[in-house]
Amino acid sequence: MSETPRTLLEGVIVEEHVEFTLIELGRASGADAEQLRALVDEGALTPRGAGPDDWRFGDDALRRARTALRLTRDLELNPAGAALVLDLLDRIDALEARLRRLGARLAP
Amino acid sequence: MEYKDYYAALGVKRGAAQDEIKRAYRKLARKYHPDVSKEADAEARFKDVAEAYAALGDPEKRAAYDAIGTRQAAGAEFRPPPGWNSGFEFSGRDAGEGGIGGGDFDASEFFEALFGRQAAGARGPRSHGQAAGGDHHARVQIDLKDAYQGARRTITLRMPEVDGQGQVALRERALEVNIPRGIRDGQHLRLAGQGGAGHGGGPAGDLYLEIEIVPPANFRVDGRDVFVDLPLAPWEAALGATVTMPTPDASVQLAVPAGSTAGRKLRLKGKGIPGAAPGDLYAVLQIALPPADGDAARQAYRSFAASFGGFDPRREREG
Repeated sequence: MSETPRTLLEGVIVEEHVEFTLIELGRASGADAEQLRALVDEGALTPRGAGPDDWRFGDDALRRARTALRLTRDLELNPAGAALVLDLLDRIDALEARLRRLGARLAP
Repeated sequence: MEYKDYYAALGVKRGAAQDEIKRAYRKLARKYHPDVSKEADAEARFKDVAEAYAALGDPEKRAAYDAIGTRQAAGAEFRPPPGWNSGFEFSGRDAGEGGIGGGDFDASEFFEALFGRQAAGARGPRSHGQAAGGDHHARVQIDLKDAYQGARRTITLRMPEVDGQGQVALRERALEVNIPRGIRDGQHLRLAGQGGAGHGGGPAGDLYLEIEIVPPANFRVDGRDVFVDLPLAPWEAALGATVTMPTPDASVQLAVPAGSTAGRKLRLKGKGIPGAAPGDLYAVLQIALPPADGDAARQAYRSFAASFGGFDPRREREG
């Protein structure tokens, strides 16, 4: 059984090759510029560049912005609360990674 | 279609005050939110809770839900009579913006029948003027081997699309995607132009695939580094041995030094997930005891014990 051949799509790894402007990150994450600015003010996002017009968001900014947006919406958190949760989640991830290195099996 | 008991989902009584419903939702949302929860079924539970709150948190929707009767049991077959919900109009507080708790969840058939798909947060694009299409997200699971070697994956997506009449319908779309070698867990792959269609000549949005690496049973992944359990016989650990070790893309021969202990990690530099700065592969040693399930085996253990008469594992325990 043969299928119609489809074009093979080549993607770009965001965390390694993409830097977003404020507007682009807004489109990609679904957050509005106001929310992103608040997350920068809280230190939850750390773009390069002097001001909003020059900001470039790299690394895991997309994941952090999306998580913050979901937390803000679903748990009705303010930016400070979302930033705190992101920090705590990072700490949990780091601790779990250490446990895994020691060979522990973690519940999913 | 299955009737959903939204009051049960939030654990409140039918007569509960709006405040009480909100409190119940927030408590459950904190417990089951997929971003913070470690519960096994967090995603499904949160979906139920969010849907229940989307219905009960809004007094108009709650009234409509209450009106379909209290006699229904959760999970029972529910057949809406024709035109049964035509008496309700919703102010559409959530529509388009994804209101509280009503953001991204895939509403059940029941919810959509009751409130319409728009209310479930399917965002209808603005149709006036020229606008770029929305960026979409999906999650893709790949094997650890795929991260080592790269892979082609056919991905089937169901995307809400607005037709000419402004109706939202789900359309299936298959994409063949090249997963690049060296991608790591949690990274995103951007496929330019594969998101929502643009309007009035505007460009299409992008599609972001969030990669989740699902390692085989004995493997664990931490960023670029990979850990694999390597069981050894006691004599292999004690005397040293060359053993065959599985790696995600091939098997290698590994020299285990004499005097190895359980938990010791042997590093294979650069054999983790590949890339400009490749990760390392660690063999985590385990000692496997052969079963003492026959006379000969038991005798072997006895003479083993006799040979180490002075050995007390609880006293001379060394790292």
